[in-house]
Amino acid sequence: MPGGNRRKHSPLRATFAAWRANLLTAFALGLSVMPTLAQDTAPHRVVSMNLCTDQLAMLIAGEGQLHSVSVLASDPRSSAMARQAEAFVINHALAEEIFLMEADLVLAGTFSSRATVGLLRRLGFRVEEFAPATSFDDVRNHIARIGELLHRQQRAAELIAEVNAGLARLASGPQSGRTIALYEPNSYTAGSGTLANEIFTAAGLVNIAERLGIAGSARLPLEQLIMAKPDLIGRSSSDYGAPALAQENLVHPAFRALAGQQVVDLPVAKMICGAPFTLDAAFMLQDAAGEQSQP
Amino acid sequence: MNADRRYHLLIALLAALTLVLFLLSLTVGPAAVGFADSMAALFSGKADGVALIMREIRLPRAILGLMIGATLGLSGAVLQGYLRNPLAEPGLLGISASASLGAVLAIYTGLSAAFLLALPLAALAGAVAAVLVVQALAGARGSALIVILAGIAVTSFAGAMTSLALNLSPNPFAALEIMFWMLGSLTDRSMTHVWLSAPFMLIGWIMLGSLGRALDALTLGSETAASMGIELRRVQLLAVFGTAASVGAATAVAGAIGFVGLVVPHILRPLVGARPSRLLPASALGGASMVLGADILVRIIAPERDLKLGVLTAIVGAPFFLWLVFRTRRSLT
Repeated sequence: MPGGNRRKHSPLRATFAAWRANLLTAFALGLSVMPTLAQDTAPHRVVSMNLCTDQLAMLIAGEGQLHSVSVLASDPRSSAMARQAEAFVINHALAEEIFLMEADLVLAGTFSSRATVGLLRRLGFRVEEFAPATSFDDVRNHIARIGELLHRQQRAAELIAEVNAGLARLASGPQSGRTIALYEPNSYTAGSGTLANEIFTAAGLVNIAERLGIAGSARLPLEQLIMAKPDLIGRSSSDYGAPALAQENLVHPAFRALAGQQVVDLPVAKMICGAPFTLDAAFMLQDAAGEQSQP
Repeated sequence: MNADRRYHLLIALLAALTLVLFLLSLTVGPAAVGFADSMAALFSGKADGVALIMREIRLPRAILGLMIGATLGLSGAVLQGYLRNPLAEPGLLGISASASLGAVLAIYTGLSAAFLLALPLAALAGAVAAVLVVQALAGARGSALIVILAGIAVTSFAGAMTSLALNLSPNPFAALEIMFWMLGSLTDRSMTHVWLSAPFMLIGWIMLGSLGRALDALTLGSETAASMGIELRRVQLLAVFGTAASVGAATAVAGAIGFVGLVVPHILRPLVGARPSRLLPASALGGASMVLGADILVRIIAPERDLKLGVLTAIVGAPFFLWLVFRTRRSLT
């Protein structure tokens, strides 16, 4: 029925085509007034549309160089730099708003919407994508790459030195070898090849999930958590001010019976993205493991 | 006499099947625990990991599987008899979907956290609303087709409102739970859920179970039934509130599980000799077996995926529904 209707009303289609042509012209005009992209001068209007590039850009960018960060960067539940993010324009990772910002460099995650990144590239924007950091090597590489892109190599080197110093300090701290399991809403945990795993290892702990052969982010059913008997359970959950069934596993009677004093509430926002502040989580865990083995 | 013997044998077999599946349900799970160990842990006074798993995770899951299955089977049999409609079933009539909507509103507004009973009560209210809408449309001489169409409309509307409520929640996990409310699951339910839902389901069963004689009389038509001393108002009240209480409570803790109430009575009807009063207990046991069986399968087929129960019941139920529509299409129009 609807298909037949559309075919009959060809004037409507013509109008639509005209409107689309107008839109394309508008885009083309927009492009022509965009600043020409030169690789050898530092970008001065950087837009970041991914939580992790948001935070690294805020740490690295010079005065006035960063224009906008994503909305997640200002949410303290996901961002370790929510307060700093208030100084920037907020974007929602939509091509239309970023187009209007006339950015000369767009920082995105490899998990940013493919459609948005593709559209921005077609419109002539320079989009640099970053895969989520799964190791401290990744963290150093990302810092160095953003340092290059923003022509702020000096600042990047400082931050990398900060990461290295933190890792060295963790390595010289107690290597308790105690076991830990990350436990998230919906019974998710992090195994090998994840940033959480690197944090645990850096803190001198052994990740139960890695020992169980779990790779990446996967479900660790409550039953298996109970059988694995980790020394510590890193609870990773935020209060969103509204309940969800996903978080019921964290108040399940069996979890509460198991948990007791061995539950550590993890600083979630510091563990989502890899940055120098990620080391704070490792320091906290090293302390928690130390306290637990004292008595 | 022979028919009686066959009926008792059938009930005994169904009860045995339900018991076997109940025990099997207790022994299936991600933690590999042997049968003897798990049973010993269930009854020992020890408080180790295995006992914790058995008592706090698997036992409530098996109890809920049993009770929810019985609820769906029983209510399906009653609705088919009461509406004299072969396609009636809580899932298809929108009762499960409306109960889901009630439960969703209670949970995600935080009402159920403040007042525990708000969850089953809200689900019950949703279920009552759906039964009344369908009942009103079925009316005095509403055809089977109109009842089903009304059910589809109620299901779509309740489903859309459930999605809306979950999408508006500030909790990012809420939106992912649309699947749970539409397809149902028993994963990691606890004794809290059993205590919350069991009383409502039991009350519902008593109300529905008392309808046997009335449903037998109704097979002769409502006027004949009335002349036999059946109070039609009372039958309606018991059918509506019995279904709402039991299906509402079941849905509040496990989401909407479809097709059980459709398939089970149809399979068992020829075996009990087409007498609704005999079909009720048989359907309750059959429904319990079906849900327990499906819940065992979701744990065996994809243990790491948290497969939803409704997926399995629909794989069996939807083709069966189509076949049923095909068979009864002449009487539908």
